Amino acid sequence: MAHDSLPFIFLDAFLINNLVLALFLGLCPFMGVSSKLKTAIPMGAAVMFVMLVASTCAYGINALLVRFDIEYLRLISYIAVIASAVQLVEMTVKKFSPTLFRMLGIFLPLITTNCAILGMALFQTFRDYSFSQSITYSVGSGAGFSLALILMAGMREKLDLADVPGISSGAAAAFMLAGLLSLAFMGFAGLGG
Amino acid sequence: MSATSSKDKPMTATTFTEGLWKENPVFVMLLGLCPALAVSNTAVNALAMGVASTFVLLGSSLLISLLRNLIPKQVRIASYIIIIATFVTAVDYIIHALSLELYNALGAFIQLIVVNCAILGRAEAYASKHKVGHALVNGFGMGLGFTLALVLVGGVREILGFGTLFGVSLFGAQFQPWAVFILPPGGFFVLSFWLVVFAAVRRNRERKEAAHGA
Amino acid sequence: MSEMSTPSAATPPAMPSPLRLITTLGLIAMLSGFTIVLIYQVTLEPIARNHREALERAVFEVLPGAVSRANFTVIDQELIRLSDEELAAADLFAGFDEDGNLIGVALEAASRGYAGEIRVLFGYAPDREKIIGFTVLQSSETPGLGDKIETDPRFLANFEALDVRLDETGEALANPIQPVPEGAKTQPWEIDGITGATVSAVAVARALRESTETWVPLIFAHQDELAEESE
Repeated sequence: MAHDSLPFIFLDAFLINNLVLALFLGLCPFMGVSSKLKTAIPMGAAVMFVMLVASTCAYGINALLVRFDIEYLRLISYIAVIASAVQLVEMTVKKFSPTLFRMLGIFLPLITTNCAILGMALFQTFRDYSFSQSITYSVGSGAGFSLALILMAGMREKLDLADVPGISSGAAAAFMLAGLLSLAFMGFAGLGG
Repeated sequence: MSATSSKDKPMTATTFTEGLWKENPVFVMLLGLCPALAVSNTAVNALAMGVASTFVLLGSSLLISLLRNLIPKQVRIASYIIIIATFVTAVDYIIHALSLELYNALGAFIQLIVVNCAILGRAEAYASKHKVGHALVNGFGMGLGFTLALVLVGGVREILGFGTLFGVSLFGAQFQPWAVFILPPGGFFVLSFWLVVFAAVRRNRERKEAAHGA
Repeated sequence: MSEMSTPSAATPPAMPSPLRLITTLGLIAMLSGFTIVLIYQVTLEPIARNHREALERAVFEVLPGAVSRANFTVIDQELIRLSDEELAAADLFAGFDEDGNLIGVALEAASRGYAGEIRVLFGYAPDREKIIGFTVLQSSETPGLGDKIETDPRFLANFEALDVRLDETGEALANPIQPVPEGAKTQPWEIDGITGATVSAVAVARALRESTETWVPLIFAHQDELAEESE
């Protein structure tokens, strides 16, 4: 598979260079929301949606910035767009599903400071992706984030029942798990080559 | 330290040291984890990232603390993000101008300082409520604590993964490096290890205090 | 707890006028824009110099003996000389020794390795019809395994004199570059691989083969033109 073909870009973002497990992006929400499967799934969906919106906007903005030769404003404009997209999602969720809104609680506004989203927007720019490539990349990244979140949540629910030495319970054990998961994901390197 | 007005609480050693230990952003509050793991495969990268973040933290603390009475509450988060993003863009260009090698090693992660929750968290929780002096000292302590955490993680990863520390070879040529520690899983493992160490130290201290109290 | 986290719950008693909100945000944004432009202007020159120096180092590394260079781009099979500053637009870099003799041409090649794109720069000497130097510009290969393509002296020895002769038509290589397993190299156009880093080594070979098949016939045909370009 050529390395700029759409299926490969998707695979790359989804598995090979998984944002969370290979690039360490979006760890705060990853650790924060992955303790229960029930919250992991809607969180994944919200991130996917924000990523799609952010990717589309970032592509347009970057084209504008390049056109006027003011790329140094990229970071500020990207973060502004992401913040607005998050606000949009927040209002939508609040309107249509107040239960879900309460469940996600503090983590919805925190998507703004989710480095996975800004990271994805920056990477797509650095790699000079076309519009269709950017969209594919954002969907792959979102799916990859959700996958990591759901896998992790499933494992942590089991971990709750296990007898872990008190000193390493909580975050330490969760990171050890994430390390193992990341080790497993390394097996995807070389896929589709 | 310096003279403080009666309105503010006097500056104490805690203002500075809480970021180092009791509220260490990485090991205790679990904030700013992305850069803590992503660029900590060598001690030098970790140090550079720590210094860059500290600079942003200091700059944004100063400005936010100065403007704290002028920014209306409704737009404060947006204002903070703009201020932080400005400093990050500046750091990005400065590092790029100083050393291309360092710039390439840190990659997009310099720009991702913007979304380092530790920095926005400081702005919201401390700088926006305290005088300039306090905010600067506290920000510096937090930045130092963040840098310390990064170098601890990066140092262990470099020693095990390359057999070097700050580029100096430690074990000689026959050392077989554990490449896994430079790779992503190693980052998680080392962080997990330090979390256990910190938890152990904290528990020990609490036990001693309890024993003293009794 | 969950109520506290919703922004609407934090509404203060007196709402400042929207105008005040907009002016504050606008002022901060203007200030920030001004700062960024200032920093950008100040760092523009050092950044460009860094890039120039890094590329220059790489060019001189793959063309042993070169002390000056010239940038070229190719449009419709014709070589166009570019100025020193137009690095980004250049396709190839000619390197000259102290007396102004053409040492060779440095070219970029890229392909996908194990963990991402590998970009390399190699030096081609048209007079000897050989690759005479090689360096990795960018790679994210596995540390300890795939990154041997940058450090393994046995692998790097492949590129001290790699045969890229043209066939009698002058439009294609007589023997396209071939990767072989470690220690199996018998022909001057073969690349000895690295055990444990097969994918990375093969990716380098593929990058070189594709690049040489495109560029070598063209450069070979224009070598006299290139030789005259030194000043």
